[in-house]
Amino acid sequence: MRQSHNSGTVKEPLFHITKRAAIPWWQSWLIRIASVLAALIVCAVITILATKQNPLEMYATMFRGAVGNARRVWSLFQNLAMLLCVSLAVTPAFKMRFWNIGAEGQVMMGGLASAMCMILLGNVLPEWLLLTVIVAAGIIAGAVWAVIPAIFKASFNTNETLFTLMMNYIAIQLVSYFVLQFSVPKGSGHIGEIPTGWLPTIFGQPYLLNIVVVAVLTVGMYIYLKYSKHGYEIAVVGESEKTARYIGINVKKVIIRTMLLSGALCGLAGVLLVSGTDHTLASTTAGGRGFTAIMVSWLAKFNPLYMILTSFLIVFLEKGAIEIATVFDLNSSFASIITGIIIFFIIGSEFFINYSLKFRHAAGEAKS
Amino acid sequence: MIATLFQRAIMQGIPLLCGATGEILTEKSGNLNLGIPGIMYVGGISGVIGGFLYESSFMGHKEDMNGFLAILIPLVCCVVGSLLMGLIYAFLTTTMRANQNVTGLALTTFGVGFGNFFGGSLIKLTGSSMPSITLSKTSEFFCQSLPIAEDLGWFGQIFLSHGFLAYLAIILAVGTGVMLKRTRVGLHLRAVGESPATADAAGINVGRYKYAATCIGSVIAGLGGLYYVMDYANGIWSNDAFGDRGWLAIAIVIFALWKPNLAIPASILFGGLYIVHNYIPGIDFSTQELIKMAPYVLTILVLIVISIIDRRENQPPAALGLNYFREER
Amino acid sequence: MNTVPAIELKNITKVFGSIVANKNVCLTANRGEILSILGENGSGKTTLMNMISGIYYPDEGHIFIDGKETVIRSPKDAFEHKIGMIHQHFKLVDVFSAAENIVLGLKDETFNMAAAVKRVREISSRYGFEINPNKKVYEMSVSEKQTVEIIKVLYRGADILILDEPTAVLTPQETEKLFAVLLRMKADGKSIIIITHKLHEVLSVSDRVSVLRKGEYIGTVQTAETSEAELTEMMVGRKVDLNIERSEPKNPVDRLAVSHISCIDREGTKLLDDISFTARSGEILGIAGIAGSGQRELLEAIAGLQHLSEGEILYFDPATGKTENLRDKTPLQIRDLGVRLSFVPEDRLGMGLVGNMDIIDNMMLRSYREGRSAFLRRSEPKTLAEDIINQLEVVTPSASTPVRRLSGGNVQKVLVGREIAASPTVLMAAYPVRGLDINSSYMIYNLLNKQKENGVAVIFVGEDLDVLVELCDRILVIGSGRITGVVDGRDTTKEEIGLLMTKSRYDN
Repeated sequence: MRQSHNSGTVKEPLFHITKRAAIPWWQSWLIRIASVLAALIVCAVITILATKQNPLEMYATMFRGAVGNARRVWSLFQNLAMLLCVSLAVTPAFKMRFWNIGAEGQVMMGGLASAMCMILLGNVLPEWLLLTVIVAAGIIAGAVWAVIPAIFKASFNTNETLFTLMMNYIAIQLVSYFVLQFSVPKGSGHIGEIPTGWLPTIFGQPYLLNIVVVAVLTVGMYIYLKYSKHGYEIAVVGESEKTARYIGINVKKVIIRTMLLSGALCGLAGVLLVSGTDHTLASTTAGGRGFTAIMVSWLAKFNPLYMILTSFLIVFLEKGAIEIATVFDLNSSFASIITGIIIFFIIGSEFFINYSLKFRHAAGEAKS
Repeated sequence: MIATLFQRAIMQGIPLLCGATGEILTEKSGNLNLGIPGIMYVGGISGVIGGFLYESSFMGHKEDMNGFLAILIPLVCCVVGSLLMGLIYAFLTTTMRANQNVTGLALTTFGVGFGNFFGGSLIKLTGSSMPSITLSKTSEFFCQSLPIAEDLGWFGQIFLSHGFLAYLAIILAVGTGVMLKRTRVGLHLRAVGESPATADAAGINVGRYKYAATCIGSVIAGLGGLYYVMDYANGIWSNDAFGDRGWLAIAIVIFALWKPNLAIPASILFGGLYIVHNYIPGIDFSTQELIKMAPYVLTILVLIVISIIDRRENQPPAALGLNYFREER
Repeated sequence: MNTVPAIELKNITKVFGSIVANKNVCLTANRGEILSILGENGSGKTTLMNMISGIYYPDEGHIFIDGKETVIRSPKDAFEHKIGMIHQHFKLVDVFSAAENIVLGLKDETFNMAAAVKRVREISSRYGFEINPNKKVYEMSVSEKQTVEIIKVLYRGADILILDEPTAVLTPQETEKLFAVLLRMKADGKSIIIITHKLHEVLSVSDRVSVLRKGEYIGTVQTAETSEAELTEMMVGRKVDLNIERSEPKNPVDRLAVSHISCIDREGTKLLDDISFTARSGEILGIAGIAGSGQRELLEAIAGLQHLSEGEILYFDPATGKTENLRDKTPLQIRDLGVRLSFVPEDRLGMGLVGNMDIIDNMMLRSYREGRSAFLRRSEPKTLAEDIINQLEVVTPSASTPVRRLSGGNVQKVLVGREIAASPTVLMAAYPVRGLDINSSYMIYNLLNKQKENGVAVIFVGEDLDVLVELCDRILVIGSGRITGVVDGRDTTKEEIGLLMTKSRYDN
C-alpha cells in the first residue's frame, strides 16, 4: 500500500481560484474594455510583424478603412445593420438555450426565396405586390428552415446544434443549384444583377432602408424579450424546462414559436441583402454572418442594445483589417485572424468577472 | 470504376476520420470543440509552410530532397500548429472557463482565417499565376504507397494504394478506441467527461485530462488537414479548398455514437457521399450540387433516428459542453 | 488510544464571495473513535470537511495530520494522507460499474479489473457489505450507492473516514446496518467523522461531538456526558422547543381521490403501481418512503406533469360541489377548471423557482398570464414579493435579488410563500425542509399547520420519520411505487414505518 506522504516541508500553492460575488457593472465593463485594449495591442504587434509599419500608422489605416469617407461610413453601417439583424434573430433562440447555429442557412433561404420571386415574378406582378411577395416569401423561407429542427427538438429532443449546422450546408447547396440553373449568361455560374424587385430606397441612400429596419427591430426585440409575456416564457424555458412545465408553459409550443421568429428574422435579413442591396444571389450572400452573429449575441449577454456595441466592434475591426490588408498588400483573411484574437480576449476576460485569484500570505504565521 | 470510387471514398474519408477521432477524444473529456474545422485548416497550412520552406530550399535540384526530412518537417509543423490551436481552446475553456461553443466558433473563424491568410501570402510569394501553391515533390513522399499495391488489382487499389498517413489515421482511430475502452487512462478520461466532480474527488487531475485530450485530439484532427493537402490534393494548397469537411467530422462523431471504431466506416461512407456526384453518369453541374447534399441529409436522418431511439449507450458524455470548477456552490 | 490526534484543524477560515462559511474553526479527531460534527444546515460542516478532503482550499488556517502540518490541495493529496470522504451527493459515474467507480483515480497497480473485482469482494466480506461489483451505478438503490462510496474509500486504505449526512436517505433499518459497519471500522482503529444534524444518531453512535454554528466552532463534548437539550442549545444558540403542535382535523371532507393510478417510464418499469388514496380537507397526509420510490412521480401526476397509464385522479370542488377528473390534464387545464392546487416541488431552484430571476419575476411564474395584454405587469408581483419578504422574514438585499443568491431557507420561504399566496384548496409539498435550519424548518411546519387549520388538504412528502410521525394525521408509506401501508400518525412508530418502507422490495 501507499506510504503516507510526509514530506515535512509545507508547500502552499501560490494562489487559488475562487468564485466572485456579483461585481458592480462598471467594474465588469472596465474589465471588458481592458480586454479589448489588450487585444488591440496584440493585434498591433501582429500587424507590425506582418507589415513592418509603425502602430500609429496602422491604427490610422484601420480608422480610414472603417470610416474614412462617406461611402465607407455607409458601408460600415450597412454591414453593422446586417450583422445586427442576424444577431437579433438568433438571440431569442439562445435565450431559450436552443443553440441555433443555422442562421447562415436561414439567411440563405430567405435570400434564395426572394431572389426566386424577383426572377420569376419580376415582370408578372405589379411593383407593390411583387415587393410584398418578395418580403413574405423570404420571411417564410427563413422561418421554415428554422422550424424544421425546432419541431424535431420539441418532439424527440434531437440535437439542434448539429441539425441546424447541417441545414446550413443543405441551404448552401440549394442556392448553388439555383444559381447554376438561373445563371446569366447560362453556364457562367453567376446570376448577375436581377433587374426587378428592388426594395425602395430612402432619400436616395441605398443602405438607409436596411439601417432603419434593423434599428426598429433592435428596439422591438429589446421590448419583446424584456416586457412581453412571450419573452418571459422564453426566459423561463431557457433557464429550466422543468420549471416551465411546472407552471404550465407548453414548452414545445414556445420552442417552435421562438424558432419561427428566429428564422423569420434571418429570412428578412436575406431579403434585405438580396432585394435591398445586392440585387443578386450567390452562395456567399450570407457571408458567414450566421456564425459571427452567435458571437455578437453571446458577447452582448443576449441584450439587443449591447449588441449594437458588439456588432459595431466586430464590423469596425473587419473593415479596418481589410483596409490594412489592401494597403499593405496582405491577404484579406487577415480580418478573420484579428476578429478571432479579439474574441479570444473578450471571452477570456469573462473569467476575471466571474472569478478572482486569492493569494495566501503565509509570512508571519506561526508554524508548528 | 467502382474500385476507383471506393479508393477515392477512402481518401475523402481519411481527413474526416482524423477530425472525428480527434473530436471524439476531445468530447470524451467533456469539451465540445467546435473549433475542429479551424484546427484542420491550421494543421494543413502549417504542414504546407514547413513543406514549402524545405522544398523551396531545393529550388532547381528537387531530386536531392531527403524523403525522410520532406515528411518529417511538414509533419512536425502540422503537429505544432494544431497543438497550439488545441492549447488555445483548452486554456480558454478549462483554465478560463469560457463558453465552449463561442470559443470553438471563434477558433474556427481564426483557424480558417489563419489558413487562408498564410495560404494567400505564400501564393503571393511564389508569384504564381494560379491561386494555389504546389508542393509536388513533398507530396510524392507523402503519397508513397506499397509497391505491391499495383499488382493486386482492385484489392490493391482500394486497400493498399494509400500513403502512410491514411494507415496512421486508421491506427489512431483503433488505438483511441482501445485506449478508451480498455485502459486506466481511458477509464479516467471517460469519468472526466461523464462527471468531472466525481473524477476530481477520486483524485484524477481533471484539468490535466481535459488539456491532454483536447490537445491530442487537436493534433489528430490537424493530421487530417495535412493528409488532405499532401496526399489527397497532391500537395496543392488553394484557399478554402478544404471546405466544410471539419463540420462533417463533427457530424461523424454523433453518427459513430462516440466510438472511434465506428467512425472508420462512417468516415468512408461520408467520404463516398461527398464525391459520389462525380461518378454518376449523365448529370449536369446543377444536379451535382443537389447530390452534394447527401452527407448532410444523412447526418440529419441519423440524428433524428438516434434521438427517437434514445438509448442510454448512445448518449454523449454527460458533462459535455460544461466547464468544471471545483469550488462551485 | 494514541495521544497524537489523527487530524487536527487550527483556525480554519473559508469565505465564499460575501458569505463566511467557516471562521476560525478548530477541531481534533482521534484514532479509534467516532466523532460527530453537529450543526444546523448552513452551519459550515460540509465546507469544513471538504477542506480536509481537498475539494476546497482554506483561505486561512492549518491542518495537522498525526501531528505534522499538512497542505491538502486536492482530493489526491487527501488520499495520500489516507483521508476518504463519502459525500452526501454521491460522487459516482452513473454509466460505470461499481468496480470501475471504486478503482477510479488509482494509479499504483497495473490496470486489472478482474483483480479489482476480487479485492472489492474481499473488503465486502470483511465489513459485511452486500454488493455486486459489476452492477452499473444507474441500476442501484441509494443504499447500494452509499456502499460503493464506502468501499471506494476503504479500497484506498483510508484511515480517516468522513461521512456527510450518511443516514439522510436510509431507512431506520439500513441506518442500523451502517452504524454496525462503522463500529467495526472503529474497532479496526480507524478514525471516523460523521456530519449530521440528527441528535439521536449522534447520541447513539459517536464518542465525542463537536458543534458548529453559523460557521463558527462552538465546542466539543463527550457523548456520554451530554443530552439532547444541551446539544440543541449549542447548535441553535438558545433553548428551542422541538415539539410540533398537531391539532385535530376539523370536519374533514374528501378533497382529492386518487384511484388505481400507474405510470411507467420509457424503459417500461413501473414508477407508480396501482396507487389509491384520499386526501381530506383540514388534514395533513404524510407520504413516507425511501428516496426515489415514486413520491415525485405521484405528486407530479396530481399536478398534471406525469402521463398516467392507468387510473383516475378525482377532485371534489368545495365551491361548486362538482367532481373533476384531473387525469391527463395539463397544469393549465387543471387551473382553468378552477382547481386551486399548489405544489412545492422537491427541486426548488430547478423546478419551483428560476434561480437567475429575481424574487418579483419568480412571483410572476404563477400569475404572468393574467390579463389580455401581450405585455407583462410587474406591479402586483412586486407587492406580493414585498409581502412575502415581510411576513416570512426572508433575508434578502431587495425584491430584485436573484433567488439563486439567497440561502436555502430563504429560497424555500419564497417558494412556499408564493404557493400559499394562491390560497390553495390542495397543497402538496415535497421535502419542504430539506437543507433548512431548525428555525426555518419550524416556520415551514407552522405554515403547513396553518393551512391545515384553514381547511386545506395538505400532502406532505418527508424523509425525517420523526417529523412525519409528529406532524401528519395519516401517513401513506410507499415502496417501489406501491403503497405498502397506511398508518395513523398518532399511534405509529418510526420503526413501523421503516419496516413498511422496505416491505415491497423483499416481497417482489
